[in-house]
Amino acid sequence: MKKEFKVISELIENKSKALDVGCGDGELLKYLLENKTKDIRGLEISKESVQNCLSKGLPVIEGNAENDLMQFPNKSFDYVILSQTLQAFLNPDKVIKELLRVGKKAIVTIPNFGHWKIRIKLLINGTMPLTENLPYEWHSTPNLHMCTIKDFFVFCEERDIKIFKSLALNQDKISEINNKNLNYKNLMSDLGIFLIENK
Amino acid sequence: MNDLTEIKKIIVKKPLKLDCGKEISNFPLAYETYGKLNENKDNAILVFHALTGDQFASGINPITKKDGWWKYALGPGKAFDTEKFFVISANVIGGCMGSYGPSTINEITSKPLGTDFPVITINDMVNAQYNLLDFFKIETLFAVAGGSMGGMQVLQFVSNFPNKAKVAVPIACTASHSAQNIALNELGRQSIMADINWQNGSYGEREKSPDKGLAVARMAAHITYLSKKGLQEKFGRKLQERDDLKFSFDADFQIESYLRHQGAAFVDRFDANSYLYITRAMDYFDLTKKFDGNLSKAFANSKTKFFVISFTSDWLYPTSESRDIVIALNAIGASVGFVEIKSDKGHDSFLLDVPDFLGTLKNYLSSTYKK
Repeated sequence: MKKEFKVISELIENKSKALDVGCGDGELLKYLLENKTKDIRGLEISKESVQNCLSKGLPVIEGNAENDLMQFPNKSFDYVILSQTLQAFLNPDKVIKELLRVGKKAIVTIPNFGHWKIRIKLLINGTMPLTENLPYEWHSTPNLHMCTIKDFFVFCEERDIKIFKSLALNQDKISEINNKNLNYKNLMSDLGIFLIENK
Repeated sequence: MNDLTEIKKIIVKKPLKLDCGKEISNFPLAYETYGKLNENKDNAILVFHALTGDQFASGINPITKKDGWWKYALGPGKAFDTEKFFVISANVIGGCMGSYGPSTINEITSKPLGTDFPVITINDMVNAQYNLLDFFKIETLFAVAGGSMGGMQVLQFVSNFPNKAKVAVPIACTASHSAQNIALNELGRQSIMADINWQNGSYGEREKSPDKGLAVARMAAHITYLSKKGLQEKFGRKLQERDDLKFSFDADFQIESYLRHQGAAFVDRFDANSYLYITRAMDYFDLTKKFDGNLSKAFANSKTKFFVISFTSDWLYPTSESRDIVIALNAIGASVGFVEIKSDKGHDSFLLDVPDFLGTLKNYLSSTYKK
């Protein structure tokens, strides 16, 4: 069980309605189903992953977040979850807008490109950093728009998006991010987890 | 056609008001079952067949002596696992395999009804089939499933009887027959009606049926069930038992010979008038019509879990039409799963050995049944 999923699950209220965008093989959905709420949905672009989800009986539809979130009415979910996929979209701005339209709240997690290991790799090697979380070569990476925890803070601020809760995950250790420790967390964390809402 | 008297059927005594305004009662509806109904009666699945299908979905069809049309999907250990589920396969009114249809003998004239049979709709079919639940004393079905016209029946069933099925699996279908669908069906009907033997549908009286017209209808339709790529791979420009072109109108190409065979085999098992009636029912199918064009409203009261399936190479009922169903369901927050299965086998994919389809469906049904 990924620590990230447990943290996401803890941000979600019991019996609420949740949509996991880019739900992969449905690991998080299954965890939510068993621990939080029966009212879950998934959206996933890979046919193989969708088939795996459906094989588990999970209500997942094949589709692309950039086009297929449109079909969901305003505020039709209590939570819309986007786990480590924001960086893979052509237009992250549009996706975040859609998440906040469809969901009353959104939970967004981002692999932090500001982690010191990544910074050092680029500084010392002078090549695009490969890490456990980001194992792709520059030419074959699906990640088009990498950002740091700090970038995401600024992104939300500029768009009047309210950050309810921001958490940093570093090697399975969880901590809160605030304005005071932002630079430090941005250096030390693998992953940022944000609970956001339109102001 | 062989003896139909041994076929299982219920006699629907209750009057059924058809969409055309006529009322029918005391009519037969044929069915077949596979597997056993458990004590809780919670393992029943109602499957609906496509245009030229019948109730013999699995095993050997006792009339045609051929394999059931859903042999890959239905049987012990298969997707519709008959070791686990009790599957009722319902025939349709209008059909020619024991249910009330144009080949039913009019007791007064002792002749087939022919075009005296009323024009029926998918809604009428489903309303008739609902009587099977009463017959088996089943309160709630575990699932309803079907492909093509069978999928349309699934959608209509769930719309008419919102809480009678826990799961609905509409496959390779549409909620509203398109102009292209109607055009292709009209081609088939005109072919039958252009056959001099059709005689305004009264051919039954002279024991001379419009086989040529029906065969051409089937040939045309059969092309629509396959994909261009599938046809090209299977037949290409291969010649039929000859080394070179014959400069004639014989079946030089394998594809011609194949289609001729499909047409010829079809007329042995299917009634031309049934073909007219059932294609008409499909053309009239538009689930949105009753709901001011809003498909979501058709499912407004349903707590059913939907699993919508389409196939990449199906151009007869393309993925976009399945997506429309998914979109309508998402608009009302219904529980819906959807996948477009990759297959080169065209619309017929739902009948064929397509492992991704069969495997996903099997696992979906089994994991959903457990919950």
